[in-house]
Amino acid sequence: MYGAVGAGLSVIGAGIGIGLIGGRAMEAMARQPEVMGKIQSAMLIAAALVEGAALFGIVVGMMAQ
Amino acid sequence: MNRPKMKISVLLIAAFAFVSNLSLASEEPNHHNEADVHAQSHVVGDHDHDSHHLVDKAEFGTDYLLDHVLDSYDWHIMDWPAKDENGNRIEGKYEPITFSLPIILVDDGLKVFWSGKFNHGHTVAEYEGNHYFIYNHKIYSTDNNGTMTFSVPVEEDENLENQGGEPTSAEPQFETVKTTFTKYMHGDFLIPEGATLLNTKPWDFSITKSVIALLVTVFLMILIFFRASSFYRKNGALVAPKGIAGFVEPIIVFVRDDIAVPNIGEKKYMRYMPYLLTVFFFIWITNLVGLFPLGFNLTGNIACTFVLAMFTMILTNFSGNKNYWGHIFWMPGIPVPMKIFLAPIELVGVIAKPFALMIRLFANITAGHIVVMSLIGLIFANESLGWAGMSVPMTLFILVLELLVAALQAYVFTMLSALFIGSAVEEAHH
Repeated sequence: MYGAVGAGLSVIGAGIGIGLIGGRAMEAMARQPEVMGKIQSAMLIAAALVEGAALFGIVVGMMAQ
Repeated sequence: MNRPKMKISVLLIAAFAFVSNLSLASEEPNHHNEADVHAQSHVVGDHDHDSHHLVDKAEFGTDYLLDHVLDSYDWHIMDWPAKDENGNRIEGKYEPITFSLPIILVDDGLKVFWSGKFNHGHTVAEYEGNHYFIYNHKIYSTDNNGTMTFSVPVEEDENLENQGGEPTSAEPQFETVKTTFTKYMHGDFLIPEGATLLNTKPWDFSITKSVIALLVTVFLMILIFFRASSFYRKNGALVAPKGIAGFVEPIIVFVRDDIAVPNIGEKKYMRYMPYLLTVFFFIWITNLVGLFPLGFNLTGNIACTFVLAMFTMILTNFSGNKNYWGHIFWMPGIPVPMKIFLAPIELVGVIAKPFALMIRLFANITAGHIVVMSLIGLIFANESLGWAGMSVPMTLFILVLELLVAALQAYVFTMLSALFIGSAVEEAHH
């Protein structure tokens, strides 16, 4: 049971992290629309990395069960 | 050999492998187990008819879900409603439709047989005098009674402790408990807490579902890239590509211009392009193959991602120059106490960065599959049409997200590999 609780908690971290990345990316794109493509790809990469960190927690949660 | 002949030879090899599977099946002598009264003639494409093992309706739970996500020794497609000889429906019983896959074991010599002998894990398989059973998705060898030997930690008697004032021994004692496989399968034997199975495992090189995924991916990659390169061989590099070469070229140029060159540098990126391209397309195509229904899930297997991450690690460390190792052991530009403090951390980083690559890919793909399976399973757990109406759009949305994740994970893996390789071959700049 605690494995599932831990996995759920680590998703909170992912949500906050990716939300912040997305928010700042939106602001930057609004300030400078001509670099929208680069900001978009950078945002996607950063989101995948943050998600990778959160998935560590999920994998440990899976292994605890 | 020119390209069309190479392509034909690849197809011929694949066809030969297919046909040799058929001949392997027809040569197999008919071993009769106690439970298998029906002689099973296995031709690839035929399904197992064993009316002794009709299964009950599958209960949707964690085990059922994990069975679909994990690897297995046979390819289970569906459960068909069972009918008796007159064609009447046997209520509540289903016949599993499976294709059995080859089992290849090395146990005093090569042993090759079809996984149908295991009967979906319900029987002890016997081949050339050796007996095997499947427990917890692994093959163990046993004797002809099917003995399973467990080592169980013995609980200390509480009363003894209280009287003596001290525990009788510092380490937990273990005792061995034996049972037979048939008893375990019939539920006559409950495995005690913390028991470990002591039977030996033979070396297992079986063609499981994941290996089939690997072969499918390799076949697709060979097909696509030989056709693309034969276009350039015929028409040269200055003509706009058509056909499959036209589909693949922008992606290859993208990998070169946005992944390899910025990270590795103009002068040295060409050496590493083959690896980066292979990894990119392999991960992308394997993720896509895993999303198909009746699917084969390869990148969700941590062994596969471990090997990919190990390739990156070996490539990075073998092409590391003096600058790279200097940065790890003796980071320039900081005071000496910090250098000594940082050296073990950087050493751990050499292992931890590919480890993160492995976990990232594995967890993303497995988590996606589990979410899709759970959403579809909501229909089966509740068995109502209303749930189906709600669950199918959600599943569709998650599947589209999974398509994005398939490509994105390939991109992130390749980009991080290029980053690590770039840091290894970087020249010192002051």
